[in-house]
Amino acid sequence: MQTMNVHDKYKPLTFWERTYLPGIIAGLWLTSMRFFRNMVAHTLRAIGIKTKRLGAVTFQYPEVLRPIFPRLRTMHRLTRREDGSPRCVACMMCETVCPARCIYIIADEKPDQPQIEKVPKSFDIDLGLCIFCGYCVEACPEDAIRMDTGILEISNYTRNGMMLDMQTMLKLEPDPKRYVKYDEKGEIVSAEYIEAAES
Amino acid sequence: MEDIGFTLGKLAFLLIFALSFGGILTWVERKQSAVMQDRIGANRASILGLRIIGLFQPLADAIKMFTKESFRPANADKIIFTLAPTISVFFALVGFAVIPFGDVLIVGGKAVNLQLAPLNVGILYLFAVAGMAVYGVVLGAWASRNNYALLGGLRASAQMISYEVALGVSIMGCLMIYQTLDLQEIVRWQGAHYWGFILQPVGFLLFLTVGIAETKRVPFDPPEGESEIIGYFLEYSGMGFGMYFLTDFIETVMISAITVTLFFGGWQVPWLTSAGFVFPWGEWALPNWAVALLQVTTFTLKVMFFLWLQMTIRWTLPRFRYDQVLRLGWKFLLPISLANILITGLVILLIQ
Repeated sequence: MQTMNVHDKYKPLTFWERTYLPGIIAGLWLTSMRFFRNMVAHTLRAIGIKTKRLGAVTFQYPEVLRPIFPRLRTMHRLTRREDGSPRCVACMMCETVCPARCIYIIADEKPDQPQIEKVPKSFDIDLGLCIFCGYCVEACPEDAIRMDTGILEISNYTRNGMMLDMQTMLKLEPDPKRYVKYDEKGEIVSAEYIEAAES
Repeated sequence: MEDIGFTLGKLAFLLIFALSFGGILTWVERKQSAVMQDRIGANRASILGLRIIGLFQPLADAIKMFTKESFRPANADKIIFTLAPTISVFFALVGFAVIPFGDVLIVGGKAVNLQLAPLNVGILYLFAVAGMAVYGVVLGAWASRNNYALLGGLRASAQMISYEVALGVSIMGCLMIYQTLDLQEIVRWQGAHYWGFILQPVGFLLFLTVGIAETKRVPFDPPEGESEIIGYFLEYSGMGFGMYFLTDFIETVMISAITVTLFFGGWQVPWLTSAGFVFPWGEWALPNWAVALLQVTTFTLKVMFFLWLQMTIRWTLPRFRYDQVLRLGWKFLLPISLANILITGLVILLIQ
């Protein structure tokens, strides 16, 4: 790796340097070596030999998905109790802390289960407003809301379509395939790109 | 009657050669720059799901160019505005007429010279055509009635004038050695003696530099000046722009072909004579058609190497400022070319 002292550029150039030739040759050498190295990798991969180095750093997005790190905040989901009902107790903490005010909870009583007292009747998140700050996850005392579904492709043709309701959120589960894998020491085992056809 | 048939055949070959290379270069430019920069490049254009690494991209580009509206500004000069891109492409294409792409092919007992126009002043014709090419640019810029386009046109003319001089002077050295202006004879001379770049390394470097400047592409792109004035084709859209775009690529092919012809032995294959290979350790006779095929293939491969080199240069070097381009042309390339002539002349005198 060539390094250049910033003060060097104030030195007058020598005659050989002023012909531009050394600079041009060095530049062409760098880019053409990069070109041939990548071409070799592309060619070997095209004929089916897996090289250690990829020919390009591009993730061909719709077909190839980038591995997601677990701390990344993605679309929300509501966790469930063992009987399938939401863990949420409609305490309104998330709705209160939400800086974008995109959570709308309507609470309902649950008189037959005294240890729960309140449940959400409806729990809507307007993803068009959500800023994915994750405050709702941190504020929740019941671990009822999480942002680990790995779903990043959130789009819709209408504003109403961006509303996420309770039933949808209860059904969501994190997709382990899309996440980076770690071993016991916490080292990354697999950050290889994922072929979408496999998942 | 047969002669007309042969001429039409050669014409078709050269047109297909120039235009298909020009079209494929749009794809090569994208893919090569992508590979150089660790990217993948255009690979989405497909026919019935068939992609073949994006080779349909030029086709998709062409369809896009043809179907887009060709807009003409209200104050633009109607005739010149419409004509200018055609002039540009025309003069880029006619230069190929004198490029020899093979030696002699014998068809039905008749010897066909594989060169469309066997002019004995081929080089001068090439310079005339290269000089005319700037007219397309300047006329288009002037007819657009746009100050930025006009600036681009002025820059193009200034650059062309500066580099035409160096272009002419830079190959005087090798013309003094070859003693002929006929390109076919030049190639034959190189086959009999040495290839031009061995005898004229400085001339070769100068010619390549000036040739790249002639194509108006980075690093010599003040006429276009994408980041400052958009350039002479500012008001062009649709196929008008497409033709200017194609002109640059055809000129790139042209410069590669001339460089190969003048300095890299044109269609010459080492050890190949008209009867077959004559190696120092033995001979291998080949029929005439095989020799011609080898020569045309070699010429194409050599041109492809220089296309690759020009693309690498275009995606490696930063662009020159306008004054730097002119300073390089007048104060650097021209004196060196003149010194090259002087030294070549002295050496020739001493040898004689």
